Amino acid sequence: MKRIAFVLGLLWSAATLADDVQVAVAANFTAPAKQIAEGFEKETGHKARLSFGATGKFYAQVKNGAPFEVLLSADDSTPARLEAEGAALAGTRFTYATGRLVLWSSKPGYVDDKGGVLKMGGFKHIAIANPKLAPYGAAAVEALTSLKLLDVIQPRFVQGENIAQTHQFIATGNAELGFVALSQVMKDGKVGAGSAWVVPATLHQPIKQDAVILDKGKGKPAAQAWMEYLKGDKAKAMIRSFGYEI
Amino acid sequence: MLTPADLGAIWLTLKLAGVTTLLLLLIGTPIAWWLARTRSWWKGPVGAVVALPIVLPPTVLGFYLLLLMGPNGPVGRFTEWAGIGLLPFSFGGLVVASVFYSMPFVVQPIQNAFEAIGDGPLEAAATLRASPLDAFFSVAVPLARPGFLTATILGFAHTVGEFGVVLMIGGNIPDKTRVVSVLIYDHVEALEYAQAHVLAGGMVVFAFLVLLALYLLNPTGRKRR
Repeated sequence: MKRIAFVLGLLWSAATLADDVQVAVAANFTAPAKQIAEGFEKETGHKARLSFGATGKFYAQVKNGAPFEVLLSADDSTPARLEAEGAALAGTRFTYATGRLVLWSSKPGYVDDKGGVLKMGGFKHIAIANPKLAPYGAAAVEALTSLKLLDVIQPRFVQGENIAQTHQFIATGNAELGFVALSQVMKDGKVGAGSAWVVPATLHQPIKQDAVILDKGKGKPAAQAWMEYLKGDKAKAMIRSFGYEI
Repeated sequence: MLTPADLGAIWLTLKLAGVTTLLLLLIGTPIAWWLARTRSWWKGPVGAVVALPIVLPPTVLGFYLLLLMGPNGPVGRFTEWAGIGLLPFSFGGLVVASVFYSMPFVVQPIQNAFEAIGDGPLEAAATLRASPLDAFFSVAVPLARPGFLTATILGFAHTVGEFGVVLMIGGNIPDKTRVVSVLIYDHVEALEYAQAHVLAGGMVVFAFLVLLALYLLNPTGRKRR
């Protein structure tokens, strides 16, 4: 009996000291979030359980009782909306990263460093994330509008439901090129494979990505610790190494 | 209530399901006949391959189709060599994918119906000097009619209900690959719940009516013999 009580006591103390935090992560932030979670676990002893997906889907799930405690959104409007609707904690919102858009092809030498390939045409399919759903898709449309190329290029759009699927269309070569997040093709500070043009940030609205503590994370130390860690210099360095600005 | 985009998606979905069902009846009938009559060792493996889409998640099917039909895949190399171009993001690509995806729903009912006929009627036809082809069309096909009806309805309905495969190889192009299920998904993701309800509710009613028709038209399904 004593032994059981002892084990239970151990379990209980472990449960209070090292907590889990359920984090919903926008698809474009998948790779950095995994790295940050590792550092977070080492430093705090808490465990971050990450779910990846489209921000719009997370919104619907949170509104319908999903167990997420923190949302790392792909935009700044969804966290604001959740806060206004009382599903997120007021005063916890902050921008954890500003995303950069990149025109990318899996073929080396296909995309030049000024994006001239857009004007030359010569491709059948150009992949973008659904602009209605994904901030990177909306930014791509804005950039094409600024370049006065939208009308010419729009008929060749193929849309991924999120930025991860868009990347897949290009990576498999089914679309010759497309607009994705710089973070998806950046490895150790440079574009890993294929060819890319980092779209100048002046061509579209900044892609501000906000984090917020959700209702389910209220009073949870692990959720609080996650937000602190995300704001810290170590996390910022990791975030920058994937091509985000912060 | 329905926008032009909705109507375009509905028309596209019906067209896809219609073309797929027609192709499947043409391709699936010989396969079903062979599966029903053969004593070959290959019956097991072929039957298993036909049934794969029942078990596999559509994402697996969509993922491999995307790789196979892409510029680096064998199918994609062939279609480019043949001058058709690449199949993903095209209506033709969706038809090919749907034929695989809905195959078991067409082949299995027809196969069951052929098996239920047994050897008797065909042997009788042979003694009356009917050629095998004549016996097939004059005896086997009419006797297997309930199977064909079930196959047509299920094949059509299953293609209408297709989502994961289309999402993965379609590219969501209006009037080309944006079918109703994908459009519903778009509406839900964009929080346009009112528009989603119109289409989603329509799908529920459609599915119910199709299955109802199946049970009403085929009440002797169990006794067929």
